[in-house]
Amino acid sequence: MRVMAQMGMVMNLDKCIGCHTCSVTCKQAWTNRAGVEYVWFNNVETRPGQGYPRRYEDQEKWKGGWELNKRGRLKLKAGGRVKKLFGLFASPLQPELKDYYEPWTYDYKTLVDAPLGDDFPVARPKSLITGKDTKITWSANWDDDLGGTTEMGHLDPIVEKVRRESEDKIKLEFEQTFMFYLPRICEHCLNPSCMASCPSGAIYKRVEDGIVLVDQDKCRGWRQCMTGCPYKKIYFNHKTGKAEKCTFCYPRIEVGLPTVCSETCVGRLRYLGLFLYDADAVTAAASVTDPQDLYQAQMDVLLDPHDPAVIAAAREQGIQEDWIDAAQKSPVYALTKVYNVALPLHPEYRTMPMVWYIPPLSPVVDLLRDQGHDAEDPDVLFGAIDALRIPVEYLAELFTAGDVDRVTLVLRKLAAMRAYMRGISLGNEPDESIPASVGMDGATMYEMYRLMAIAKYSERYVIPKAHAEQAHDLEEMGCSLDFDGGPGMGAMGSSPFGEASGRPTPVAVETFHALQDRQTSDSVAGADTLSGRVNLLNWDGNGAPPGLFPQRHPTEPPADVAALEGGGGA
Amino acid sequence: MNILLWGVLPYVMFVVLVGGLIWRYRYDQFGWTTRSSQLYESRLLRIGSPIFHFGLLAVIAGHFFGLVIPKSWTEAVGMSEGLYHFNALLVGSIAGVGTLGGIIILIYRRRKTGPVFMATTNNDKLMYVVLVAAIIFGLWTTVASVFSNTHGITYRDTVSPWFRSLFILQPDIAAMAAAPLAFHMHTLVGMALFTIWPFTRLVHAFTAPLHYLFRPYIVYRSRDKGASVPARSGWSEVGTRDRDTRKR
Ligand code: SF4
Ligand code: SF4
Repeated sequence: MRVMAQMGMVMNLDKCIGCHTCSVTCKQAWTNRAGVEYVWFNNVETRPGQGYPRRYEDQEKWKGGWELNKRGRLKLKAGGRVKKLFGLFASPLQPELKDYYEPWTYDYKTLVDAPLGDDFPVARPKSLITGKDTKITWSANWDDDLGGTTEMGHLDPIVEKVRRESEDKIKLEFEQTFMFYLPRICEHCLNPSCMASCPSGAIYKRVEDGIVLVDQDKCRGWRQCMTGCPYKKIYFNHKTGKAEKCTFCYPRIEVGLPTVCSETCVGRLRYLGLFLYDADAVTAAASVTDPQDLYQAQMDVLLDPHDPAVIAAAREQGIQEDWIDAAQKSPVYALTKVYNVALPLHPEYRTMPMVWYIPPLSPVVDLLRDQGHDAEDPDVLFGAIDALRIPVEYLAELFTAGDVDRVTLVLRKLAAMRAYMRGISLGNEPDESIPASVGMDGATMYEMYRLMAIAKYSERYVIPKAHAEQAHDLEEMGCSLDFDGGPGMGAMGSSPFGEASGRPTPVAVETFHALQDRQTSDSVAGADTLSGRVNLLNWDGNGAPPGLFPQRHPTEPPADVAALEGGGGA
Repeated sequence: MNILLWGVLPYVMFVVLVGGLIWRYRYDQFGWTTRSSQLYESRLLRIGSPIFHFGLLAVIAGHFFGLVIPKSWTEAVGMSEGLYHFNALLVGSIAGVGTLGGIIILIYRRRKTGPVFMATTNNDKLMYVVLVAAIIFGLWTTVASVFSNTHGITYRDTVSPWFRSLFILQPDIAAMAAAPLAFHMHTLVGMALFTIWPFTRLVHAFTAPLHYLFRPYIVYRSRDKGASVPARSGWSEVGTRDRDTRKR
């Protein structure tokens, strides 16, 4: 057993309102540069819908992910190593810009500059690729909220598949359609096919937290990763000629902050935390024969962080105590393995994705409500989950490689939770038969409710900080990271020998710490000191924080720092 | 003059090539890329690029046979002069024409596809001129070798001995000087190509990912390893120049 830690995410799809805030904030943070105009590390798709890039789930066309060869061993669906090298000169299966969309802006200047005339000036769309006038025909979410579904709904690869396999047709007439949103980022897979496809070996998985990154210096632009990733979450920067992908906001994660998409999520539906997993078991788990067994195999790779044997093995691998502790408190572990409600997206791609989804009950509930039923009554709901084959089959194709029973079980749990809690909030005696009907007890169901419905910030995000001592070579990690949040701990990085002693605190870390402090404290931001200096980026202009002006006696720590340290600081 | 061309220039070229490669490898890893334009246009690229690249690989193999393997060796294994030349001409012209055809498709595509043309830098344009010139002169030599054969002088008696003599640091200048004009031109342009090589996008050829055949599929890397960011050289801005900045 080789225990490794993996940062994971769970999204509770019932809460997604499709507002795209996550996409926009992510784009502002990471891809608002030339060359990646068309790139959305985080995108939100309406399902049924074609997704972004168009029909990326059609692996018969794109050949992403893994498959089993005749001997039952894993091989890249797009071909083995030799075949890949022969295809190097023109990547045969790479999506083109038109599969994403041609990014554009508007010629806003004419609105101001246009000469006086009878007509209102118009800001024409201009392509960001050619700079010429363009006609907007597609975008990252053109079919948002089922726009155009009557014409294009059948192009959804999942709809196609379910239709092929089921007797009755998925109805896509507008008024009968079910709908939900699917936010997607890179899955930071345990068995990433992007990495396996990269001829240069530039894509790597971080040992410490499992985040999958592209080494920008080693990438040579061979573009095989774009083919390799079945989720199409690797993008080509057409200006730099390098591949780029979601970074899981690693600079934020390293200091204990949630990713930008999680932090800004309006529905507060994202959970972040650690998994412990057995790295030696991954390949075997990804190679099980029946795709419908992949879910269970993937669950078995995840280890119980409370198991003493696991803890001992983790320690042996050098995983620190606070990380083990965080793994035990991990909300993503609870949702996947304790409550068993989170499912992986497309396990049949065999990449072992680590962003999990709690499937939405809302398509079922909405349909019931539209038909005039009481959508909260457990009997009605249970009956409907079984009767409404289409949404359930669709969800099964997304999350369990078509295993309808597995999805049904999860939906039943969600329905049961709804019914159980309704009884409680109406002041009735808790009806213990409801949790029992889905194999849970009342207390567990209540905990699950707390995590899923109340979803407090500190319970949604359990992110252990990176260990500075591991990163002694890392320039950006030069400072002490013993900073536990809250205004009382403002003495971050102040050293006993005054400002200039010790190592300089790198700007990135300092800024992130100050940001965290500002977001979690009640006092005026910037009231804390940063190595006896002040970080003007985070100063909100109120008053003159200590450290704004140089100390008179640089050998003495600032008065407030001394006081805070006396009060039981770091 | 001959000493300068065939005794000095090759070494200058060699120093620039190796020095340039080392320098760029150390200071411009980030700029070291194919800078593929497949995202913009894929149809023509999928035809032109493999023809060009595979043609080029055959051309390189041909050069190896022609330049490195002495005449005496092929004769020793019983290959007659005529047979050798027939082979060389056949394979060489197929490879050469393929390479030329490939690059013509690629250049046509580069000129005609708006976004691809806009992503073409001056550096690229210069590189294309030299590259195409090298290929055309190369084809000319292939043809010329047939006719020069009639005079009893082949490049295997002139260019090849000179090429091999370069490596033992005693350049056989006289041999090279005796070669026909086509060979002189091809060699000069070829040297120019290798001289600019490290400074163009052609560098990607030197990191052809053959180690892919042997590395494990999954790459783990510790956060502290490789995290020391090397200082940028200031050798070029990131990627191609922005259209907006170019206009300004
Ligand atoms: S989802 Fe992410 S880690 Fe998985 S294959 Fe795609 S890019 Fe790689
Ligand atoms: S911000 Fe949250 S609620 Fe809004 S689209 Fe993104 S995931 Fe859904």
